[in-house]
Amino acid sequence: MNQALNQISTTVAAPVVADPLVIAGRAYGSRLLVGTGKYKDFSQTRAAIDASGAEIVTVAIRRTNIGQEPGQPSLLDVLPPDQFTILPNTAGCFTADDAVRTLRLARELLEGHALVKLEVLGDSLTLFPNMPETLKAADILVKDGFSVMVYCADDPIQARMLEDIGCVAIMPLASLIGSGMGILNPWNLQLIIDQAKVPVLVDAGVGTASDAAIAMELGCDGVLMNTAIAAAQDPVRMAGAMKKAVEAGREAWLAGRMPKKFYSAVPSSPSGGLIGAK
Amino acid sequence: MELIINGEALTLSAPLSVAALLDSRNLTGKRVAVERNGEIVPKSRHAETLLTTGDHIEIVVAVGGG
Repeated sequence: MNQALNQISTTVAAPVVADPLVIAGRAYGSRLLVGTGKYKDFSQTRAAIDASGAEIVTVAIRRTNIGQEPGQPSLLDVLPPDQFTILPNTAGCFTADDAVRTLRLARELLEGHALVKLEVLGDSLTLFPNMPETLKAADILVKDGFSVMVYCADDPIQARMLEDIGCVAIMPLASLIGSGMGILNPWNLQLIIDQAKVPVLVDAGVGTASDAAIAMELGCDGVLMNTAIAAAQDPVRMAGAMKKAVEAGREAWLAGRMPKKFYSAVPSSPSGGLIGAK
Repeated sequence: MELIINGEALTLSAPLSVAALLDSRNLTGKRVAVERNGEIVPKSRHAETLLTTGDHIEIVVAVGGG
């Protein structure tokens, strides 16, 4: 760990932080990663991201609109790559081939940028990952020099396969993308966290601040979310709430929670010295 | 020549470079990436890369997404 920190301080210009999230050799102060979809407009997108404190923001790659207004601002004008780590995703891809092509286009678009989010979907109803195609794409991308953060099922065996392939972060779903159903299988997440030697981030399913805190209390290294913020009644305020939840959950995990004790209630106040005692 | 650009069939006159195609769409200097028949055309080669009939071109941009 000391060696890793020394390496960071000599190779990264970013300020040294006490408890950094290190992904692909780079240290980040925020453990909250956010998406940029579903906002009302770019102004709200930027305000929410600023309130979240996120340093890594995901973007999608899509065909240019034919007849797009010249001079219309683009997302990367609002979120300049020199201020944020842009994480291009493969949302909407259902095959390894489409995902690989999309990320090669993203690398060209972002001038050689290697850090990417791979997701290969299996079903348009659930957006559940197609793991055979995800594993295939991860292998191609890692060999092609990409640093792959990978959206995956909460299956510890396939998570280990992705880590063995060389993915730089494992990102299991907590529940379905966009569902806001929260952490449905903390036990599987725990198994993945316990075995992983790379960061584990919950990606998908967080609905409100307590969900993010629970993910961090389980020992996740970070949380990635989009809809929980963008679909809140007040997205900017929810972004701030998520920042605090991720920080609180992390602190609680570092602090180490008290053991749960059923049927052994011990009062917090002294049992002696009560008035009227005989 | 017949081209498929972002999934749309178009007839455009040759010779046409990738750079000229982007210019005709007001995309010069914008953050876009171009793929020709499944292969990336690097920005440094936009000017010299001439399109030929039957080419499948994808022009992409970063948009909001999670």
